[in-house]
Amino acid sequence: MFEWLGITPQGLYGQLLVGLINGSFYATLSLGLAVIFGLLNIVNFTHGAQYMMGAFVAWMGLRYFGVNYWWSLILAPLAVGVVGIVLELTLLRRLYRMDHLYGLLLTFGLALIIEGGFRQAFGISGEQYDIPEALTGATNLGFIFLPNYRAWVVAASLVVCFFAWFVIERTKLGAYLRAGTENPQLLQAFGVNVPVLVTLTYGFGAALAGFAGVLAAPIFQVNPVMGSNLLIVVFAVVVIGGLGSILGSILTGVGLGLIEGLTKVFYPEGSSVVIFVIMAVILLIRPAGLFGKEK
Amino acid sequence: MKLGKTAVGFVILVAAGIVAPFVIYPVFLMKALCFALFACAFNLLLGYTGLLSFGHAAFFGSAAYITGYVITKLGFPVELGILTGTVFAFGLGAVFGSLAIRRQGIYFAMITLALAQMVFFLCLQIKATGGEDGLQGISRGFLLGFIDLSDTLNMYYFVLGIFLFGFFLIYRIVHSPFGQVLKAIRENEPRAVSLGYDADSHKLLAFILSAGLSGLAGATKSVVFQLASLTDVHWGMSGEVVLMALVGGVGTIFGPVVGALVIVTMENYLSGFGSWVTIIMGVVFVACVLVFRKGIVGELNALIKR
Repeated sequence: MFEWLGITPQGLYGQLLVGLINGSFYATLSLGLAVIFGLLNIVNFTHGAQYMMGAFVAWMGLRYFGVNYWWSLILAPLAVGVVGIVLELTLLRRLYRMDHLYGLLLTFGLALIIEGGFRQAFGISGEQYDIPEALTGATNLGFIFLPNYRAWVVAASLVVCFFAWFVIERTKLGAYLRAGTENPQLLQAFGVNVPVLVTLTYGFGAALAGFAGVLAAPIFQVNPVMGSNLLIVVFAVVVIGGLGSILGSILTGVGLGLIEGLTKVFYPEGSSVVIFVIMAVILLIRPAGLFGKEK
Repeated sequence: MKLGKTAVGFVILVAAGIVAPFVIYPVFLMKALCFALFACAFNLLLGYTGLLSFGHAAFFGSAAYITGYVITKLGFPVELGILTGTVFAFGLGAVFGSLAIRRQGIYFAMITLALAQMVFFLCLQIKATGGEDGLQGISRGFLLGFIDLSDTLNMYYFVLGIFLFGFFLIYRIVHSPFGQVLKAIRENEPRAVSLGYDADSHKLLAFILSAGLSGLAGATKSVVFQLASLTDVHWGMSGEVVLMALVGGVGTIFGPVVGALVIVTMENYLSGFGSWVTIIMGVVFVACVLVFRKGIVGELNALIKR
């Protein structure tokens, strides 16, 4: 079968694996965007910068304080989350009564500041973050050599995504969150402290981006612009999936990552634009997105 | 009263435009004029239709590339080259616009951004655009066959002419019945629809006009600097034009001109400081959104009214 397609099975599996990894990042990031958007009605343009900060905090931790990967996996998202909470309390909070577009512009400005700051401090060239020792090497699956770290990235991000889904859909806290998305005034009237909920939600979304950043650090170069280009693709993913459903954003993210991987095998030139083309097609046939609701 | 004020503004603008190159470095002025036209075209969409596009670099940059290509590779004369680039931007605006207006608000912004990123990747990969190098050495040539545009002053007045043409066109669009309907849609879309106006086709036409005029600005810019590069199609450029409109005053006629002047001047003075330009632009963004939403011209208008 592979001969007449003009590709090798190794090539196909390899690209599918890369697609799966990209897809996990798309899923984690668009999940964070969806959670933040649901409650705050803000498209978090700072999301890419928060992802980048996660990677940089991990790198700085290892370089300057000897904090290992596993601790970084907990500490870096916490740090990014705390920064997110501070931003929400000091800046974002002032805009809730205004047009949503102002929230977008504000977070865009913040992204410029954070990115510019890191570029000024660390330069553009990027830093290397080594794969933790326990996850080096590869496993022979028979049809492909699977690098252990990559398997870990896919597993970890999917577990985190499903954990987030579980919390939002199946717990009391998640019920408050969904109620807040639906009708914040009514929830407040029931005695729930909505502003605190909002703050924590933003912190959680930011932490999720930071977590993705730590996972990405050993795969990609840790550099100040790693987030912004990724974020634009994630926006397209979000438009395709619609921000309405948590599971929807996870599925769309992973699916599009795989499609991107396949495109790299069959038509490499098109791989950087395929997601945008899919977005255009989806807009034509189902403007609200695959899982979105028409308002 | 209002008309009088705008007329005075016009006269000052034209007079300043004519005298300026004898006082200030003309190349800097030409850059400012191109960006002023770009910002005015963008403001037609954000300020008068209420649509925030985050992908206007696609029109600005692709027109710059097309103009550069037809002049260098096909030997078009300069005025025909700029026209070709502009027409292309109109066409691209029609395609992107018809996709983007299917969604509202923040989705609109994300869609335009994603579509523009697609254009960026195409410009990076296609051979005709020169990849990382862009198109260099676009010759200015002779306007109408006899005016030598390699002379800086000639070039300057040509650019000034294009700017004033575009600016006046935008002014006429905003103050036409069509422009009034746009404002009605911005203020209250359901009501405009219930009055019998087709909101979508009005939005689309506004989008196309805005895209085409952004293209005119980009095409002119490529002739001025004899260069079309990836910077012109990068999302950073889309952000910059948002900032220009915001600083000057969204929804004012002269605001984007002032905003473009401020931002271009700032970049000029900060160009030696590396990433500080980005940081300061971010700070200006945040400051504008939080405390200075009317922009410079908007605040001035409010002062005069008081």
